Amino acid sequence: MSIASNIATFRHGVHPEEYKGLTESKPIERMPFASELVLPLGQHIGAPARAIVVKGDRVQRGQMIGEPTGFVSVALHSPVDGTVLGIELSETITGAMVPAIRIQTDPYSPQLLRTELPPVPEALTTPEFIQSIQNAGIVGLGGAAFPAHVKFAIPEGKTCSYLVLNGCECEPFLTSDHRTMVEEADAILDGTMILNSFVKASKVYIGIEANKPDAIQILRDRISADKLPIEVISLQVKYPQGAEKMLITAIEKLEVPSGNLPIDLEFMVSNVSTIGAISHWFRKGMPLIERVVTISGSAINRPANVRIPIGTPMKDVVEFCGGINSRDLSSVRMLLGGPMMGMVQKTLNTPVVKGTSGMLFLEQEHVSSLDQYNCIKCGKCVEACPMFLNPSILGILAKKGLWADMEDHHVLDCFECGSCSFICPSGIPLVQSFRVAKGIIRERNSKK
Amino acid sequence: MSRERTYTVSTSPFLHAGESTPRIMYRVVFALLPFVISAVYFFGMGAFFVVLTATSGSVFAEYLFIASPTRGHSLRDGSALITGLLVGLTLPPGFPLWMSFLGGFVAIAMGKLIWGGLGQNIFNPALVGRAFLQAAFPTAITTWSAPGATTFSWQGTNLALPFFQGRAVEAYTGATPLARMKFEHLSTPIPDLMVGSISGSLGETSGALLLIVMGYLLVTKTINWRIPVSIFTATILFGGLFWVMAPDKYPDPIFMILSGGLLFGTVFMATDLVTSPITPKGLWIYGCGIGVLVVTIRFWGGLPEGVMYAILLMNACTPLINRFTKIKPYGYK
Repeated sequence: MSIASNIATFRHGVHPEEYKGLTESKPIERMPFASELVLPLGQHIGAPARAIVVKGDRVQRGQMIGEPTGFVSVALHSPVDGTVLGIELSETITGAMVPAIRIQTDPYSPQLLRTELPPVPEALTTPEFIQSIQNAGIVGLGGAAFPAHVKFAIPEGKTCSYLVLNGCECEPFLTSDHRTMVEEADAILDGTMILNSFVKASKVYIGIEANKPDAIQILRDRISADKLPIEVISLQVKYPQGAEKMLITAIEKLEVPSGNLPIDLEFMVSNVSTIGAISHWFRKGMPLIERVVTISGSAINRPANVRIPIGTPMKDVVEFCGGINSRDLSSVRMLLGGPMMGMVQKTLNTPVVKGTSGMLFLEQEHVSSLDQYNCIKCGKCVEACPMFLNPSILGILAKKGLWADMEDHHVLDCFECGSCSFICPSGIPLVQSFRVAKGIIRERNSKK
Repeated sequence: MSRERTYTVSTSPFLHAGESTPRIMYRVVFALLPFVISAVYFFGMGAFFVVLTATSGSVFAEYLFIASPTRGHSLRDGSALITGLLVGLTLPPGFPLWMSFLGGFVAIAMGKLIWGGLGQNIFNPALVGRAFLQAAFPTAITTWSAPGATTFSWQGTNLALPFFQGRAVEAYTGATPLARMKFEHLSTPIPDLMVGSISGSLGETSGALLLIVMGYLLVTKTINWRIPVSIFTATILFGGLFWVMAPDKYPDPIFMILSGGLLFGTVFMATDLVTSPITPKGLWIYGCGIGVLVVTIRFWGGLPEGVMYAILLMNACTPLINRFTKIKPYGYK
């Protein structure tokens, strides 16, 4: 029973406390260059890049140091002027060890960007544009780090009628997209026009949750000043509004059929900061070598929005933000991304990568830790699930290990937003068990 | 060996809405307390002891059977308290206390625990307890004392010794509004039904109090609004149909809603989370089924009241309703 309103949204979902006040009005700061950077070759979904530098090489800020190794792969660039210390295994956020290029920053360099500009977009054909984006190393900055050019490349026989920029940022705490929209509205609109000159969508929308009125206002002002064919849509503040499918449903009242991609419905959805990166590439020649990260939570001394060079060790970021205010680290949860879908970290041994949208430091009492009770069939999860699944039944099946039955109940359509676990009064780890089930079902199906 | 200092690891989501199962249960317990007070006001101290013994029976059963270390908190979740209070409040004021204890005990033991504890049962435990009493002690459970007894007096056969029916302490008995309607075709004024100065089970007599508490439970989203709405709609439409055709033979819909246990059953029993369907469409079917069954039993059954059986019957249908009202997942036709 949601409050009736004329503001666009999807059905179901939850409303967690936002906690955005910690950083939403703080201008983006620039993080100083760390003395040493670690750049994993696989920071994106798909094939890792191949290193094209060797130990001892001098590299320039913005120089390509890893080339793509296939279509679903992107280039990697040095965020600093410096020297390659070597290519060695380094820890990633999942705990896996992957090859990474270590670069020592030149402390005496002015750190100017390489001045070569890519060809102007107007001179490019669509395949050249796609390749240019791939060479710029641009990935989706919303968190998934999916190579942007793959999404921008419309498959043969399909068209794109709706280009949707995702400025929802529905995860609590995170404000990096918000600040980017406020401070870099021009770059976002420029990137949108560049992208749409190739995509040729007839309708271009920017979807923003209503809790960012300043971003909505600034973008609307610029759009009307330049008379751009872009519409800013204010969306109800509800989680997970920023999920691609939910955003499409909110804007055009369409459901993406199970197993289909947005492009099958002539939709293309992209995060606003990703679009901003397109403009930075073509106008300034800056590939994806830095990104805005929200550092927040009750356990960090100085919450902030920081533009951080990719590869900066998280230890340096924490130091830059005044350190942790708790003496007992085990009472703090450190997570990457938002509190609903983010991934928890045990140590600060990993670097900031292209997919790092936020670093949160939550104190124990801030983190839900509930006693677990039997499912009382209250149905709160059913009314929360944006995919209209039945988490209650799925949870019972998961407990019994009935994976095949879970598949019949469409667990593979779950995109793990966590709304069910958030709402469950019995403290049942619903989404957590669905993740396990999905892994097992996928593995079984791949053996068939 | 020194260990590296590390952060605590767990999986997302890290936030929670804050509602917990015990909190829901204790909110219902809180919502039931006014009815204990009103029962004492209308029927004297005997009413308090009927509720107290029933609750003790429930809590004792829960304590006796689930004392394992892993399930140590099953008493703390408050659900046994609700069941006990509900059993007590659906009994007549002059009910023998030993029977009421037994009812509370059976409600938890047979209504909940043998199914596997909280959340596992098909039937509302309190109604299972009451159905047991109805079958075992048909006379005692249909002997109604008239309201207005002095506060410090026992009612009816309150003090009967265990395994005895007992002899009434006071001879005041009064027919319930539904019995008057069924057997004598006499209506009861609506103000009386609202205030509660009528014969009936301990918690069910005051319509006004029930409506207020229902509002509280709806606002706090403790109960699903679809259940009361569908029960009332079905009762008014189905019962009203016959009333329109033969107003002298059938009671009017307002009387139907305010009399007997319909309001009490709707607010506290039909809305039981565990035994009602989980899908929105299923809730409508369930509620309408209860409404139609209540009207059917009251009009054409042998008993003046049918709320208990209506709810139990629809409880039995709940798994089936859930199966046939599967929600269409997003992205499917």
